[in-house]
Order: sequence, then C-alpha cells, then structure tokens
Amino acid sequence: MNNIVFLVMRRMRQPLVILVLAYTVAVVGLVLIPGQDAGGNVRHMGIFQAFYVVSYTSTTIGFGEIPFPFTDAQRLWVTIVIYGTVVAWIYALGTILSLLQERTFQEAIRNQRFELRVRRMTAPFYLVCGYGETGSALVSALTEHGHHAVVVDMDEARTNLLKLEDLREYVPTLHADASRPQTLIDAGLGHHRCEGVVALTNSNAVNLQIALGVKLLRPSVKAICRADSHEVEANMASFGTDHIIDPFDTFAAHLATALHAPCTYLLNGWLTGVENSKVAEPVYPPRDGHWVICGYGRFGKAVHQKLKQQGITCVMVEATPERTGRPDCELIEGWGTEADTLRAARITEAVGLVAGTDNDANNLSIVMTAKDLNPRLFVTVRQNLEDNKTLFDKVDADMVMHPSTIIADRIRVLLDIPLVHEFTERALMRNDAWACQLVSRISALVDDRVPLVRTIDITPEQAPPLHCLIEEGHRVTLGQLLRDPWERKEPLPIIALMLERGEEEYTTLPDNDTALHVGDRLLLCGSAAAFTRLGWSLGHFGTLNFILHGAVGPEGWVWQRLRRRRRV
Amino acid sequence: MNPEKVLFGFFIMLALTLNFGFYVGDIDNPDHHDVYELFAAVVVNIIATLLKFGDRSQMGAVMLASSLVAVLQLMAAALVWTLAVYTGDGELTPRAMASIVSLAGGAMLANVVSVVLLLMETMMMRR
Repeated sequence: MNNIVFLVMRRMRQPLVILVLAYTVAVVGLVLIPGQDAGGNVRHMGIFQAFYVVSYTSTTIGFGEIPFPFTDAQRLWVTIVIYGTVVAWIYALGTILSLLQERTFQEAIRNQRFELRVRRMTAPFYLVCGYGETGSALVSALTEHGHHAVVVDMDEARTNLLKLEDLREYVPTLHADASRPQTLIDAGLGHHRCEGVVALTNSNAVNLQIALGVKLLRPSVKAICRADSHEVEANMASFGTDHIIDPFDTFAAHLATALHAPCTYLLNGWLTGVENSKVAEPVYPPRDGHWVICGYGRFGKAVHQKLKQQGITCVMVEATPERTGRPDCELIEGWGTEADTLRAARITEAVGLVAGTDNDANNLSIVMTAKDLNPRLFVTVRQNLEDNKTLFDKVDADMVMHPSTIIADRIRVLLDIPLVHEFTERALMRNDAWACQLVSRISALVDDRVPLVRTIDITPEQAPPLHCLIEEGHRVTLGQLLRDPWERKEPLPIIALMLERGEEEYTTLPDNDTALHVGDRLLLCGSAAAFTRLGWSLGHFGTLNFILHGAVGPEGWVWQRLRRRRRV
Repeated sequence: MNPEKVLFGFFIMLALTLNFGFYVGDIDNPDHHDVYELFAAVVVNIIATLLKFGDRSQMGAVMLASSLVAVLQLMAAALVWTLAVYTGDGELTPRAMASIVSLAGGAMLANVVSVVLLLMETMMMRR
C-alpha cells in the first residue's frame, strides 16, 4: 500500500505545485486589476471573489462575471488565466493518467494485491514455483482436490495464462523471480498456513536456491523439488530437502518395477492414477531378448542402469558418444531414426525399444521406423513437450515417458495423500503375488475406473460419532466400521490398505478384527458409491449405531432422557 | 549543494516568516494584519506541504504532518476572514480579527516545528 501512495505523491508533487502557482498568479492579478460597479465607481475584487472566479474558469464551468460585469482590462487578464490554469489542470491530470498506465505502477498495484491475498489465506496452501507444464498440471490437480495454491513464475505470459484457466479455487499469482528469497517471503513462505514449497522451474540452479531458501527461512515447511541431475539431487538432499524428484530416475524405476513385478506396477498405477479415469491396462515388458535404447542422455542412462540390474542386455544407439560418454554395452553410432542404424542394432531380434532422445520428432520417427522393421517390439518412448500429446497417442507405444506428467503425478500424491506414498514404498518390498492378489481384489470393487483412494482420520473433525464412541471406551473394529449402512450384513466394497497409528507405525492391509484407536489414520480404496455410504456411517450417530448394533438408539435429548428413566 | 534541498528549505523558511509577519501586531486590531500577507502565507504553506510529498523517512512523515496542520489552520483563518467580510456588514470586528490571528498563531507553531525539524535533520547529517 505504502509503495503506491508514495509513488503517486512523489509524482504529483510538481504538477500540484505548478497548479498552486498558476492559481496564485491568477488570483493576485484579479485582485490588483481595478473593476467597476454599476454606478461607474472603482471597485477592487476581494481575494475570496477572485478565487471563486478563478476556480470556475479554470475548471471550465464558467458562471459569468461576478460580482460586477468585468472591465476590458479584467477580461484580458481572465483570458490569460483561462489558458494558464486550464493547461496546469491538464498537466496534473495527464501526469496522474500516465502514472496509472505505467508498468512499474501497475506492477506495484498487482504485487500489493497479491500480498494482501496471500496474507489473508486462511486455509493451508502450497507455494508452487514455476508454472510450466508440470506446474500447471500440479496446480489443477491440487485445486481439484480442494487444496489451495500460490503460484510464482518469472514469465508473465505464463502467469497470465493461469488467470484464463478454469480452476476450482482462486490461485494468487506473482510474476517474480523465485530464486530471490524476498519473493518467497512475499509469496507466503512466512505465512503460518504455508504447508509446503514446490520448486518446478526449468533451471536446476533456481530449484536449488528455492530449496535452500525454504530450509533456511522455514525449516518446518516441506520442500519438494524437481532435479534433473544427480549432483543437484545430492546437493539438495544434503541440507534436508524433503522430496527430490528426478523424472528420468522415477520413470526408470517404474520400468524396472514393470519388468520384475507387473502387478506391483499396476497397483501403483491404480492408486496414484487420476480418479475416475480409465484404469491402465497391465503391461508386461519382455525380458527374453535384448533391448535397443536410442539416446544415451539422462534418460537413456537411467533406463540402461535399471535394465542392467534386471540382467537384460542392451544395445545403445547414440549419435554423439563423445559428448554423452560411452556406455558399458554395445554401442552403435547414429541417430536411430534411419533403418540402417536400427538394423545394425539388431532391431529385428530385439524385444524392446526405448526411444529416449530429447527431441520429440526424432523419438516418433525412431518408433515408426522400428515398428516397421519389427512390429512385435515393446515400445517405450519419451515425450518432451505436452503439445505433442496427440502424436504420441497415435504412435501406439506401450509406455510413454512424459517428465512433466510424472513429476506432477508424484507431487500430487505426495501432497494430497501422503499415505499412498508410504503404502507404495512398502508394496515394493512385497513379492508380486501379493500385489497380484490385491489388484484382483481391487478390480472386483471397481469396474474399469481408477478407484478412489482416501485417508480417514479418527478425529473429532473427520469422524465425530466414531471418535466419541471410542473415547467412551467402546471397541469398534475395522470390519464393523466398513459395513454397508443400507444392508448391515454386507461389507462395504472398500479395502483398508493401511493403518497409521502414532508416529510412523504402519500396518499394511490391516485385519478386519483390528480395533480402531483415537488418532488412527486409515488409507482406504474403493468405489465412489461405497465412500458415499461410508460417509453416512462416519458422520451420523444413528447410522453408526445401526451398523454396530443393528438398532437405532434414541437420538434426541428428550428421548435419551426418557430411555434412561425407563431403565431406572 | 542540492538545488532541491535549497528550494525545500526556502519554502519552509518562507512559510514561517510570512506566517510570523501576519501574526505580529495587536491581536484584535485589523490595521496590524494584512489580508495579502495571509494569502501569501496560505499559498507558500501549500507549496511547502506539496514539496514534502513522497518522502518516506520518519522525519519526512513528521514534517508533512506539521505542514498539514499549518495549512489547515491558515485555511481556517482565511475562511473566518471571508465569512466575516462577506456575510457580515463588510467590516472586520475585533472579535473576528482575534480569532483569525489566533488561528494563524497556531499555524505558526506548526511552522516552527517544521523549521526545527529541518534544522535537526541538517545537523544530523555529519559529513
């Protein structure tokens, strides 16, 4: 606020002084010049009368010649006054108008408004730095789930884009350099409802700077960063960045999971997928044969390492090995976009192909050429730009690696349902048969849509009746709670995936006999209809009593009194 | 030497001196107080106030406040004068004159504060 007032005052100083001077000269002139009354006597105008005349002439209102008709000498002076004071007015107004249109001024107003909005945030929010493909996907996913976000981006075109987007919550946007600590503070890092900062800018250095700023200024706030190189990752981890996401490593890990545990991979996909979208088909990457990897960049390296761990032989195709380094496997020099190179890499005998260069056109060309030569190939392709999505949908790849989507999905899960992250980490430790069994149980609950995954806390806010009953010493088991309020004998089509009790104590797939405690947190998965029914049991005393005891007790105060009296 | 500072000091001093010039004399004697001097004092005070616009320092804020007080007092004095002359019988009564001069006296106090602040600021600048 202060900034704007001072800016206006500073700029208005000169025009106002000029205006005052013009008025003074005009008034003094009118007072000095003698006038005449009706009888021909010499009459001088008073200061008040002169000021009145100047006021209405300079604002071009013009009431006439007061108090007596002017003499010609007075008229001459008033003519000069009109031009002088009107010009002074126009100058003052022009200065104000040009000030309003000035970039710095408008920026000051916009920043002012942004800061006010952020300061008035009452709900927990996340600060997202960088509104590129990843940032926009993340912000729309977060707001879709009722979370609040604040966005900072260097590029004004991008922040303007956000205003056009149809988001469910209002998202304050600041156009500023996020690597400056002051920007982070302005954007709400110091706000007590700030839950986490997500650094998603294109530059590793800026992300690093943001993480550093967060950990120094507010260590309790979560810092989640994108990093594209291992050195930066190690650097970020060294000062306690909470989550560091490398899209290439993440995808390579997915691929490795798909290779050795297809069900676990499918399970992860279902639990972290976008709700109500069609579930992903299971993929079975072949292992009996060699894989051709085109592009030994960051992505190629990550995939190669994972494949090697799985004991799969690779043939690398790379055009500039002197720049990327040489892999410790067979290397064919070339782009991979032409049939000769691919033939040299024995594409006809290969079982898998990874088109992983940083150029979308090349990747698509590699896939199409390779499919011509060997239609049975398992194709993994890297998509670099969101705009090319339609082309990648058409090319019919088995797995598409799109860095922005991968990062946005991971962060969405981390922020929205952190328990899912804990669960999938534990699921990775189990064998694939366990995951297959769970997948078939889940698929029995939902048709071909991604199941809803929710956490429920046994707290007075989220489950008041249940919390109340347990507080009073009643024993309620998980199996009792997950019963259908419409048909008491039937269990609800919901699976309890995990139970969190106290600090970091997790039980995966808790038994139906597990007694619930106050403060427990449940990770549940099931269909939307089942969650609606569960909502009744969690929110209403009557429904809860019914599913527990099969009878509805007296609910109102009067009836409870009557019942008690009868018992006595 | 900063010409802006010279102009600034000039107007603040002039505001005080004009104000003082109007103030001296018997409090209820219209012959001792000149209307043009009051007019000049009002104008110069307004300009002095405008010159203080946009100064972000603490000193600047207090100076702006004292100047605003002076302008308000002088405007009130001018208003009383106008009302007395144009709505009465055209003559300044000693009572009206006393009220005008006392208002101007108040404005002078504010102007003295302004000048003192200016002097303090100057003395605090050790170089």
